[in-house]
Amino acid sequence: MSRRFSWFNATSLTLGFVFLYLPITILVIYSFNSSKLVTVWAGFSTKWYGVLFRDQAYLDAAVITLKVALVSSTLATILGTMAAWVLVRAGRFRGRTLFSGMIYAPLVVPDVITGLSLLLLFIALGLNRGIGTIILAHATFSMCYVSVVVSSRLVSFDQSLEEAALDLGCSPFDAFRSVTLPIIAPAVVSGWLLSFTLSLDDLVISTFASGPSATTLPMKIYSQVRLGLNPEINALSTILISLVTIGVIASSLISKRASVRRQRQEQQALAQS
Amino acid sequence: MTRPDPSPTTVFAPWDDPDEPPLIRFDNVTKRFGDFTAISGLTLDIYAREFFALLGPSGCGKTTLMRMLAGFETPSEGVISLGGQDIGPVPPNKRPVNMMFQSYALFPHLSVADNIAFGLKRSGNMTRQQISARVDEMLELVQLGKFGKRKPHQISGGQRQRVALARALAKAPKLLLLDEPLAALDKKLRAETQFELMDIQEKLGTTFVIVTHDQEEAMTVASRVAVMDHGRLVQVATPERIYEFPNSRYVADFIGEVNLLDGAVLRKTKAGLTISWAEGQPPIAAQGPEDLQKGANCTFAIRPEKITISSDKPEGCANALSGRVLDIGYLGNISTYHVELANGQVIKAQMANNRRLSRRAFSWDDEVWLSFTDSAGVVLTA
Amino acid sequence: MNLRRLALIAVPYGWLLLLFLVPFGIVLKISLSDQALAIPPYTPTFDLAGGWAGIKSFFTGLDLENFTYLTTDNLYWKAYLSSVWIATLSTLLTLLAGYPIAYAMARARPEWRPTLMMLVILPFWTSFLIRIYAWIGILGQTGYLNQLLLWSGLISKPLVILNTPVAVYIGIIYAYLPFMVLPIYATLEKLDSDLLEAAEDLGCSRFSAFWLVTFPLSRPGVIAGCFLVFIPVVGEFVIPSLLGGSRTLMIGKVLWDEFFSNRDWPTASAVAVVLLLILIVPIILFQRHQQRQQELDA
Repeated sequence: MSRRFSWFNATSLTLGFVFLYLPITILVIYSFNSSKLVTVWAGFSTKWYGVLFRDQAYLDAAVITLKVALVSSTLATILGTMAAWVLVRAGRFRGRTLFSGMIYAPLVVPDVITGLSLLLLFIALGLNRGIGTIILAHATFSMCYVSVVVSSRLVSFDQSLEEAALDLGCSPFDAFRSVTLPIIAPAVVSGWLLSFTLSLDDLVISTFASGPSATTLPMKIYSQVRLGLNPEINALSTILISLVTIGVIASSLISKRASVRRQRQEQQALAQS
Repeated sequence: MTRPDPSPTTVFAPWDDPDEPPLIRFDNVTKRFGDFTAISGLTLDIYAREFFALLGPSGCGKTTLMRMLAGFETPSEGVISLGGQDIGPVPPNKRPVNMMFQSYALFPHLSVADNIAFGLKRSGNMTRQQISARVDEMLELVQLGKFGKRKPHQISGGQRQRVALARALAKAPKLLLLDEPLAALDKKLRAETQFELMDIQEKLGTTFVIVTHDQEEAMTVASRVAVMDHGRLVQVATPERIYEFPNSRYVADFIGEVNLLDGAVLRKTKAGLTISWAEGQPPIAAQGPEDLQKGANCTFAIRPEKITISSDKPEGCANALSGRVLDIGYLGNISTYHVELANGQVIKAQMANNRRLSRRAFSWDDEVWLSFTDSAGVVLTA
Repeated sequence: MNLRRLALIAVPYGWLLLLFLVPFGIVLKISLSDQALAIPPYTPTFDLAGGWAGIKSFFTGLDLENFTYLTTDNLYWKAYLSSVWIATLSTLLTLLAGYPIAYAMARARPEWRPTLMMLVILPFWTSFLIRIYAWIGILGQTGYLNQLLLWSGLISKPLVILNTPVAVYIGIIYAYLPFMVLPIYATLEKLDSDLLEAAEDLGCSRFSAFWLVTFPLSRPGVIAGCFLVFIPVVGEFVIPSLLGGSRTLMIGKVLWDEFFSNRDWPTASAVAVVLLLILIVPIILFQRHQQRQQELDA
């Protein structure tokens, strides 16, 4: 559908993006406010960044959050890719319906329920709650997102490529490793990125899964924010927003450049033939 | 393709009648998209009850011309009038013109009957009974009486094509536009549907304008064909004239198969022209335009089926060339022979296989004679 | 191969069984237990050492008391009702806000569309918590919105928005807008422009062509978007907790308080079980809708 772009369309897009981006923009601007009162502008200053970096609690929370995110998203990617393969390629087996139900359910079950149930499990198993249990919890819900992303790629992927590999003498495992995996790699990578962000972002499940020994950044932020506006949080938000923005723009530029290069190569190939 | 008029003594040829007002008139119409000129300075009259075909390769401007008639594009310059009235400012939903889309554009969420009723409901001056009666009538017309309740994805491609036709005809438009209407059908179904289209057009008397890139389709269905190239009309004539008297190399080459021999006028007499065209080959005797001067460059065009093949030199024929059979293409009803002359020129000739021969008359590498009369081909200057 | 296949199936299967299904069993079990001043704070606990007698006393210790309690205390059913109501209304509001955006994206020039899509997704990658926090500064008594309105002279007294349901609606629309826009955009983008031309050719104005063709054909996207907003919002915790104040009652917050503040694990578990039962209907409807769409596309 590509027809006349009307004034109504332009207005709705403008209003929509203002609505989406204005709150974040204000947050970023006021992180450079010198006043302790967050909503009253008193001049430009970067002092809250200084305060933030000297605050050991935030640094500790950031380190824990990164550790959790790195380990849990890697675990989730491995498990999720396996699960995707099971969903798409493993054929029929006993309990398949239950399996696919367990893959899709965590995507829609409210965080409070997932968190509560995991906490009760950890207690029942007598596990010491801390970084380890947060990682287990994050890996569990993230693997479901990974398997959805990867299985949609697996479904669209031409199975005759795998059959060709088998025909040329690969074992099924070799075929998966040398043909399937490289082709679904982009989906695996985006699954990892998604898990990583979900883990960085999670408050509710972490709060349930963690003990007194581990506080993640969202937990720290939440405990501060509940008490009201806080200039340090504005500075922290600005840093997080910039990191994410840079990350997303960089990855989209990389993928765009790859597709442009591919197009150019295809054109050259056409011109030569 | 002439068709009977109410009075059986005259043929249907309103374009030859200077008193007949055209239904549609393009007057010096130009259409530009940015820097690209899709239609340039085009003037054309289309008459009521015509089945008019716009024919050309993709990108020649035929679709733009049709979209201007439907109202989806407006001309950059010039005037398009329908029944003597400028329709430039009339939006598509107010024009007495309906279109059958190449994709059929059937609404997937509506049943076949609701698709047909869609336009009728918009007109606002019909009762529900009238609408349902009209829908039934249209379903009957396209022989889909039992399929009214089905959704478009529950019927076959050929049936969808007929629904699209019924929907476009339901409002009894003055003009029906058909954009590559048969392109999505397979060859056999396409041939049948062409005749159905002609029957329906004759029955209703609606003016049809069809856009196609398929020359056979245009020749079959149309009363007149307009051959287009790069936004211009190259020739507008009946299918017979387009085929037998193409006005240019472009038309001769685009329609059907043809042998094109470039040469120059050697002699000019009352009886006709003589064209010299290759070293060592006898000049060709032909009928040609009066204004062609001696020495002028020209092209001799002759259709393969106008050339006779024989093993001995035929007596008393205006033209006879000798060569060797290079290739034979057996097509069932006819065979095409590629014959190479002494100078390397390959001429295509066709012969009807009107007898079931177990043994072909000619075989590869046979020495043969090609002959044709002086009126078998045309002399082209463009 | 068969051993490998078995291992490939067993690892993710076992993981999900242990960390997803078993926990739900535990929640269900505790919801049937009684609160106790102990660690863990409920009885009965499973006592395998007690042998058959232990198992028997375990099952006789289970009852529906917590669920009866949920029906007797107003707080709970009010919280469920209010969560479902807030989720319904905010889903509709998100649809009203999201549809025009998706529509405009689908009508933008094709070369612009990936960028527009990225702009819609980008906020989704930034922290949810921070995006909600940003509204505290805007909607508060001395917030930017009140500053602007007071300065412009439209109001003389600051509006109370923060810590009311209005703030919760704004927060939900803000946070869930991409979930509404993207599925609608996906259906609108696939829409064949020939269909709209056909509608106009058959006498529709552009406005009626929208209502008779575009909107009905975008319905799968609208339905998917509504489910994607409604289901998580019912159990939402962060938004009512940060923007809703004490006056907004939502079940996610009730569960959280029951667990962390009152340390009443059996009641919290019962709340969770009922919430899941409420959500099961829309979840199943959503799954069936998605499956039907996939079959239609194929």
